[in-house]
Amino acid sequence: MRLARYLGYRLLLAVPVILGIIVLNFFLIHAAPGDAASVLAGESGAATPEYMALLRHKFGLDQPLSTQFAVYLLNMAHLDLGYSFRNDSPVLELILDRLGPTLLLMLTAFVVAVLLGSLLGVLAASGRNGWRDNLISLASLVAYATPGFWLGLMMIVVFAINLAWLPTSGLDTVGADNEGWDEVIDIARHLVMPATALSLFYLALYARVMRASMLEQTGMDYVTTARAKGQTERRIIFGHVLRNALLTVVTMAGVQAGNLIGGSIVVETVFGWPGIGTLAFNALQSRDLNLLLGIFFVSACLVVVVNLIVDLVYVTLDPRIEI
Amino acid sequence: MRAGFARFARNRLALFGAVVLLLVLVLVVSAPLAYPNNPFQLVGKPLQPPGGAFLLGTDTLGRDVAAGIAYGSRTSMLIGLSATLAAIGIGILVGGIAGYYRGRVELVLMRVTEFFQTIPAFVLAILIVAVLSPSVPSEIIAIAAVSWPGIARLVRGEFVALGGREFVLACAGLGASDLRIIFRHLLPNCLPPIIAVGSLLIGTAILIEAGLAFLGLGDPNVMSWGLIISAGRAVLRQAWWIATFPGIAILLTVLGVNLVGDGLGEVLNPRLRNR
Repeated sequence: MRLARYLGYRLLLAVPVILGIIVLNFFLIHAAPGDAASVLAGESGAATPEYMALLRHKFGLDQPLSTQFAVYLLNMAHLDLGYSFRNDSPVLELILDRLGPTLLLMLTAFVVAVLLGSLLGVLAASGRNGWRDNLISLASLVAYATPGFWLGLMMIVVFAINLAWLPTSGLDTVGADNEGWDEVIDIARHLVMPATALSLFYLALYARVMRASMLEQTGMDYVTTARAKGQTERRIIFGHVLRNALLTVVTMAGVQAGNLIGGSIVVETVFGWPGIGTLAFNALQSRDLNLLLGIFFVSACLVVVVNLIVDLVYVTLDPRIEI
Repeated sequence: MRAGFARFARNRLALFGAVVLLLVLVLVVSAPLAYPNNPFQLVGKPLQPPGGAFLLGTDTLGRDVAAGIAYGSRTSMLIGLSATLAAIGIGILVGGIAGYYRGRVELVLMRVTEFFQTIPAFVLAILIVAVLSPSVPSEIIAIAAVSWPGIARLVRGEFVALGGREFVLACAGLGASDLRIIFRHLLPNCLPPIIAVGSLLIGTAILIEAGLAFLGLGDPNVMSWGLIISAGRAVLRQAWWIATFPGIAILLTVLGVNLVGDGLGEVLNPRLRNR
């Protein structure tokens, strides 16, 4: 019950964020050079004059800005993100069609980054300043500086072209018509490289955060108490310190949700992964600004949802937090 | 000052980063000397592997990859530095006003800052460049627009912490103007952490720029590392070197910037010193 009330409160907090994105989108439409109708129509010149006239009328582009904003707001409230002429389909439909693969990619990258990153952080902290710690720190520094898309290309060169272990691109083998487990395995094989390329940066980040957090927790009184009680080091680390240190990683993971979406755009482009990122790249190629605006809106909403979930995970993980 | 330098030098990683960064700066300065021709100029047979007449090979059109990397370093550095400076400027303005005036202004400005931290930064950067049409200034604006929130929060925190201190109260009591207190007294006191955090922003800015250029959002007439990689992507099977070398350049440059930034952070931010 209290959780439900907390959820409602958090949803209320999300409203200004969504409103902010709509304002930002509206501002960008008008910041673009040329007529707002040509922005909304997508690819300039592709839309018919009738459609342009319809757009002008529908968005009240001959009305004052305040009216235009009200109309825009109303459209967004109805989740009417406009129509993509290039793709001959409503923007929302296009995006929702591509949401699945992107969520699969992001979730995989996210889970790998949090689990493996935390594990490496614990390993580094438990052998502080030893060879293991130095090696992990060094590797995370390099991972920090590596552009994800370039890493993806290099993996294609090594694992797809030279070793032929993994497929270069796509979500599944075209025309294979696999079913059941075969299909799952096929998709998993396609997922390995994009997920690795996307997660490496965050893996390094969480390893660093986890290490620092573990070291901070080790100095706490409860650790001294546990040690005085004669508990084993292993139990102190995994039973006490790890649980507390994980909270910092969870917080960080929520903050990074937006960046994960940005990263997936370039990574999807590299691997031809049929998600929102590839859709955004195609929209860029065809200068379909309205589709891009829709992608920005949906991805920002996605971040809000992820943050909400992270918050809920946080309160369940940490009983001390009053909700 | 000398103690600070010694601490920096003792940090071998920071020193390594400084050396790498120095090499990149040499590349920035010497690009037109080493390669007097325009990097877009066709100089030889296309798709020559590295190690032949051209150190890093040629691309699909017969342009020298090494020349492209040399000129690309200028673009990366120019955009990385300008965008970071702009972001620091915006951050100081927003964070400073919020931290100095507090109250309702602070609430609103910090909400806006949080908003910009929540939304997907790279997607917004793409959108801004697409709206403004691809060019170097658009890239700088886009990167600055998504990079300032961290600085704003930092500056606000520092201003709030310093606001109640005696020297600030004394200035206010002596009748110093708000601007004088902000620029002569508060800002210089929180400059060290700003420099430390700002130097790390340069690395992120370079990475964002590379991503934008890779997606075709760089200025098509200005050579950049991301542009070379995106050109090399199409011929990955025949010519791995085109996409490989600019990526190594990005990696080393960002690594250098981050290591120097970490080193500076340790010297300038006493709170981090014991970590």
